[in-house]
Amino acid sequence: MTPTASEQHAYADVDALRQTWSSKPSLLGWLSSVNHQEIGRRYILTAFIFLLIGGIEALLMRLQLAKPENTFLSAGHYNQIFTLHGTTMMFLFAVPVMEGMGIYLVPLMVGTRNVAFPRLNAFGYWMYLAGGLFLYGCAFFNMIPDAGWFAYPPLSGPQFSPGKGVDVWAQMITFTEVSALCVAVELIVTILKMRAPGMSLNRMPMFCWSMLVQSFMIIFAMPAVMIASTVFLLNDRTIGTHFVNPAEGGDPLLYQHVFWFFGHPEVYIIFLPALGMVSSILETHTRRQIFGYPALVLSLAGNGFIAFGLWVHHMFATGLPEIGEAYFTAASMMIAITSGVQIFCWLATLWSGRLRLTTAVHFVFGFIFIFVMGGMTGVILASIPLDLQAHDTFFVVAHFHYVLIGGALFPLFAGFHYWFPKFTGRMMDERLGKLSFWILFIGFNLTFFPMHWLGMLGMTRRVYTYIPGLGWENANLAATSGAFVILCGGLIFIANALRSRGSGERAENDPWEASTLEWEAESPPAPYNFPNLPVITSRAPLWTPASERGIVIGLRENRREILITEVLGTEPHHRSVQPAPSLWPLLTALGFSIGLTGSIFGFSWYYVASVLGMIGLVGWFWPERPLEVDP
Amino acid sequence: MRYAAVGCCLLTLIACKRETREVRPSPAVSGVLGDAATESILYPGGNTVHLDVRNPYEGNAYAIYEGQRLFGWYNCTGCHANGGGGIGPPLIKKDQRDWIYGSEPSNIFDTIVKGRPNGMPTWGGKIPEYQVWQLVTYVRSLNNLESKAATPVRSDSLEQKTATILPNKNGTPRP
Amino acid sequence: MNQTMSQSMWHTSGSNAAHIQGLALFFGLLLGTIFVIVVGIALLSLGRRHRGIRQEPLEGSHKPSARTEAKLRTAVSIATGITLLILFGLTIVSVSVGKVVSASIAPAGSLIIEVTGTQWWWKIRYTSDDPSRILQTANEIHIPVGQPIAIRGNSIDVIHSFWVPSLQGKRDLIPGRPTLEWLQAARPGEYRGQCAEFCGLQHAHMAFWVIAEPPAQFDAWLNHQLEPVAEPTDEDTKRGQQIFLRSACVLCHAIRGTDAAAEVGPDLTHFGSRKTIAAGTLLNTKGNLAGWIADPQNIKPGTHMATVPIQPAEMQPLIDYLESLQ
Repeated sequence: MTPTASEQHAYADVDALRQTWSSKPSLLGWLSSVNHQEIGRRYILTAFIFLLIGGIEALLMRLQLAKPENTFLSAGHYNQIFTLHGTTMMFLFAVPVMEGMGIYLVPLMVGTRNVAFPRLNAFGYWMYLAGGLFLYGCAFFNMIPDAGWFAYPPLSGPQFSPGKGVDVWAQMITFTEVSALCVAVELIVTILKMRAPGMSLNRMPMFCWSMLVQSFMIIFAMPAVMIASTVFLLNDRTIGTHFVNPAEGGDPLLYQHVFWFFGHPEVYIIFLPALGMVSSILETHTRRQIFGYPALVLSLAGNGFIAFGLWVHHMFATGLPEIGEAYFTAASMMIAITSGVQIFCWLATLWSGRLRLTTAVHFVFGFIFIFVMGGMTGVILASIPLDLQAHDTFFVVAHFHYVLIGGALFPLFAGFHYWFPKFTGRMMDERLGKLSFWILFIGFNLTFFPMHWLGMLGMTRRVYTYIPGLGWENANLAATSGAFVILCGGLIFIANALRSRGSGERAENDPWEASTLEWEAESPPAPYNFPNLPVITSRAPLWTPASERGIVIGLRENRREILITEVLGTEPHHRSVQPAPSLWPLLTALGFSIGLTGSIFGFSWYYVASVLGMIGLVGWFWPERPLEVDP
Repeated sequence: MRYAAVGCCLLTLIACKRETREVRPSPAVSGVLGDAATESILYPGGNTVHLDVRNPYEGNAYAIYEGQRLFGWYNCTGCHANGGGGIGPPLIKKDQRDWIYGSEPSNIFDTIVKGRPNGMPTWGGKIPEYQVWQLVTYVRSLNNLESKAATPVRSDSLEQKTATILPNKNGTPRP
Repeated sequence: MNQTMSQSMWHTSGSNAAHIQGLALFFGLLLGTIFVIVVGIALLSLGRRHRGIRQEPLEGSHKPSARTEAKLRTAVSIATGITLLILFGLTIVSVSVGKVVSASIAPAGSLIIEVTGTQWWWKIRYTSDDPSRILQTANEIHIPVGQPIAIRGNSIDVIHSFWVPSLQGKRDLIPGRPTLEWLQAARPGEYRGQCAEFCGLQHAHMAFWVIAEPPAQFDAWLNHQLEPVAEPTDEDTKRGQQIFLRSACVLCHAIRGTDAAAEVGPDLTHFGSRKTIAAGTLLNTKGNLAGWIADPQNIKPGTHMATVPIQPAEMQPLIDYLESLQ
């Protein structure tokens, strides 16, 4: 009874829709686009470029550490490179790539045409790009931060970090955090107010749940890092405040508290979308609905809450009162429960499903192996006595690479292989994909497993070299060779992606026979996503018989109209008109960027930022000509 | 296009100089044996033209940082406090005409190396020459005479104020 | 250096590090087992379809039977419960070991040593109620075996971290926040420690030695260190002392028994008796010392030690003098 995707075209004027929702093909059209697919793709591609840059920095570091007292990199250069590596990976790759996946997939998964605030979406991307260009542009001018990716004062303060490097670092954070906040706001409103009718919260895909929790976490966590970096550190460095100067009553520990109040949730902000991806992939590939949906949702929310109560475990060595620290031990152990519940639910899904072993599933198994090991070392680090030996050594480096690469990067690669047909309309090559998986998996373990041992042998972090005779040589050499194996795996993945993009097997709408709504759209999706917005009656819409599904008709096709629904019951509430493509987000971002860039040289540039930004915002919000309303 | 590239390269040189951290002492510039600064055009025994010796660390942030450290280490603070003076004259000048022996790098170099009447010791032969230049750069930075971008706005110790915090309109530092 | 040393947390001496090692073994074995079980289940589930285990048809509902779901629910609930209990137990074990290991009140009668971290060396000060028995030294700590030692830590510039893995966990030295931890060596030995908080260019080369000796030997060492150095007797070392006192050396270093009394650099009284130079970077030999004095930036680029121009003819007497300060 209900029309299939192709039959829906009879109920929708797809040509009109295409004309209304497309961006113009010119350069101006590209710059003024507010299409969520385009912006999502931009986030992902830009993040990938930063991943490659960060990877090169990692290779340089490993080359320097391959043998003792090596002279490949000087001390100063090594410090700059490890700072850039951490900053690039954490701020310019990990969060933005997850945001990009969210921006691309969430509107498709909830059954709407775009995100809630399209121009804010564009603005967020331009701010992110500006931040990355700012950091690396200043690096070109030799203003390179070298105090580590968390830049503890007093080392990062005005007396001990001469020059402008750390100022650049502190201000770059403003760019990326503004961008993340924009995306968080959009995703929350999109998920809460623009779901298709019938998609009550308990029918929403797991990936959308993970993006919802992650977005709330961003809103609470990002302001903390802006305070730590911009208010405390940058002001101390540029206008002579004493927030973190002990001689005049400040406290370096205050910086650590505020930074890690952000820093710990930050890693969960990176991690949660990956969990959502794993749920999506496993549901499709085991051909059964994910086991334990309520438990998974509650665990995600639990992860989000508890993550804010763990931050002192980065500061166990600072001599804080014992009882207070013990609380954080308990909380850090507790979060293993919420992560554990999710792993158990996935294992149950795997056990009782009919698994199809594609490349994406290979990466999911890699995730289970690597992330669970990282979680175990995390429990070790949660214990204060053990942390007092392992803190600031290569044991911690091993731990966080296991949880970040295993817990975020492997699911991301799984997601790439899974959603590549949707993004591009072509399938990735399975053989090359599996080969890239094995090489990445072996290379990763070869690089990072020896680091556990190095940490226990006493090798501290952030050292540009080490003296011979301490027994650290072999493990370092193994880690360096592993890094090059990872490089090979990464190159194979890139080759696979590029080749498949050009000449891969063409994909239909739903090559995996998946359950969630994005697979109803074309591959790649039309700019309007769906000819008719769907009506949902179950948790796995595409596995519901066609007779039980519905469509929404009556939205105008000659302007960008979307449907706003109630938060809980998703009854249709009203039709809303989305703004047309506009250059103002770019101009506003440009205005702010000019001001923020100059601000590290002089306080008066903040005024420039305000004025230019205000001009941009005025243009942005200038009311449009009222639309004629036809009956 | 070409000119833009050249322009960019030239621009990088500006920042390069400010941001480089030369840990190795630059080759000794012979100033210790004679005068670094030209005091007068009259020279005994003939008219030799003597050029002012240039400060190799001019505008370099790392040199100012080293100079700040050495200022405390070598006990300049003992007479000059943190720039406000005491036994010795203040080094943060309220008026740039207050420099007794001149504010050029070569002048300050001579002051430190040769000593001056009324109590300024002779540090030549004790403080290595490259560190004297670092001290010179630091003392000049206290008076806004070095690049503002290279000068820290405050130190991490008590009551150290430089002239670069929000100077008055006529250029003198606020108290 | 070409002798093998160890900075491993597994080569313990002393109750603190030994407790931590025991805890590490317990945690490691337990969590390793859990890891093997979890990954094993995942791999076993892979094998199910290969081994032809009859799997329920999922077409249509895309859900297995209610019986299977109930069994899975039970399994996941039990697993969650076990996880909860294990983590609870681990928390309790960890906190109780922590109480023993990190007590911030040192046992009464402990020897109190003040350690001040500074870029990139360690200022050591043995405290005493008798002012004439306060010892200032650098980079090498001697302690008596079997007695608790209280380490009072501080920093005068950036954040450092005092860490000797064989004896105790680490403690950050944060300027403005003096801290206290205690340790105790159970047997004589030489234990290497290193700064464990990134502190700038030469963080990698900021190490120190803790040398544990029988109490009698320690007392002898302390008494000897408290004595000022004697006047040099032969021509070579006399000349060396003159060179030392005449050069920039005295601007930073002190040698009790001479006029040199600056405290911004490491105290060099009895320098010749130390195991290493440049904060654990090089063995204390004449060759290494000459290289260090001639060009410190070559060995620790960025170090605050000045490159003092010492004439080639002066180098030999100078290092002879310094090595004679036993």
